[in-house]
Amino acid sequence: MYTQAMDVGPKEERKTVRTVEEAELERRFDEKIDAGDFIEAKDWMPEHYRKTLVRQISQHAHSEIVGMLPEGNWITRAPTLKRKAILLAKVQDEGGHGLYLYAAAETLGTSRDQLLDALHSGKAKYSSIFNYPTLTWADIGTIGWLVDGAAIMNQVPLCRCSYAPYARAMIRICREESFHQRQGFDSLLVMMQHGTPEQKAMVQDAVNRWWWPSLMMFGPPDTESTHSAQSMRWGIKRISNDDLRQKFVDATVEQAKVLGVSLPDPLLKWNEERQHYDFGPIDWSEFWRVVGGDGPCNRERLAARVKAWDDGAWVREAALAHARKQATKEQAA
Amino acid sequence: MNTTTTQNEWPLWEVFVRSKAGLDHKHCGSLHAPDAQGAIQLARDVYTRRQEGTSIWVVRSDQIVASDPGDKDMYFDPMEDKVYRHPTFYQLPKSVDHM
Repeated sequence: MYTQAMDVGPKEERKTVRTVEEAELERRFDEKIDAGDFIEAKDWMPEHYRKTLVRQISQHAHSEIVGMLPEGNWITRAPTLKRKAILLAKVQDEGGHGLYLYAAAETLGTSRDQLLDALHSGKAKYSSIFNYPTLTWADIGTIGWLVDGAAIMNQVPLCRCSYAPYARAMIRICREESFHQRQGFDSLLVMMQHGTPEQKAMVQDAVNRWWWPSLMMFGPPDTESTHSAQSMRWGIKRISNDDLRQKFVDATVEQAKVLGVSLPDPLLKWNEERQHYDFGPIDWSEFWRVVGGDGPCNRERLAARVKAWDDGAWVREAALAHARKQATKEQAA
Repeated sequence: MNTTTTQNEWPLWEVFVRSKAGLDHKHCGSLHAPDAQGAIQLARDVYTRRQEGTSIWVVRSDQIVASDPGDKDMYFDPMEDKVYRHPTFYQLPKSVDHM
């Protein structure tokens, strides 16, 4: 899964007063970036680079964890044992992805508890796609196909991110993500090829609801993307929002044909001259509304995370107490 | 909501995985766990969900001693001009060059 939220944080003012030494360090840092070198955790980096990464990586991590909720909703109601096992494995993967990413964010000097506090207090964002509900079983396949498909488009360039711990986490994630998209498509294909008319209609309904939110996952248009230029300069971001979105549309239209579903956009049309599909305007007011906290499930999602964290407090404390007791015993022996 | 402090945070562990017999353990990431046993268990779930490993090492992150990245040039650059340490430095007659 993926966050577009890296583009929607508040724009921070860059510190302009620098010492001579800092300016020299920054010059060497820029040289490394220009040469395509990686930055490691203990290397010197501009404060703004560090902040940008903490925001982006932690929002990405939060998205993976919150992303477990809409799919977890269907684990107990998966139609077959096979689909249940697949869904369990996928949701477990999302949890794992969240953990790789939290660990990467922590290398920048922010503690796990600080990161979680930011999520639980609503200060940090996560991908707004997870604020939509999963109403039917077809939503699960559609999330795999469209949402994970969009995520993969977004994530593959991040494997070359200049910040090495993030890039390494992304390589691991991308390796696992392909299964997510394929299982989703496979599940929809079974319904479209062997399903009842009602099941086919269910798939079409799910695609209709997830199509536009999936396109929004790539973030605001390049012209309005607040962090894009600096992130590109620093090699945190490699391909622009609009270019990735176009790539996703081009790939998905062909897949929809194989599946036998239509995409809910009357303006979707092959453009011979551009060699791309044209598509209709995106309702960005809906995007900003959901990012701003007013999507269908924002409150429910955050409440579920806070509850899980609070309910787990005694387990965390007990495990620590046990570890301390064992350590004392060992010392005494 | 609980206010959280780092005192309640489980310690951080670095995880090393041997992907198969015959290869060395390789650093693959880190995680929080209350103790060593817990770290091994969590490492299995987080880092080897697809048979990526046959053996796991964990070590407390605060126990790792590392070279200072600021000393990188001073430490490693002296090896740069010692090309004679590499086999390719030696031009041998063709008939014996595969030695």
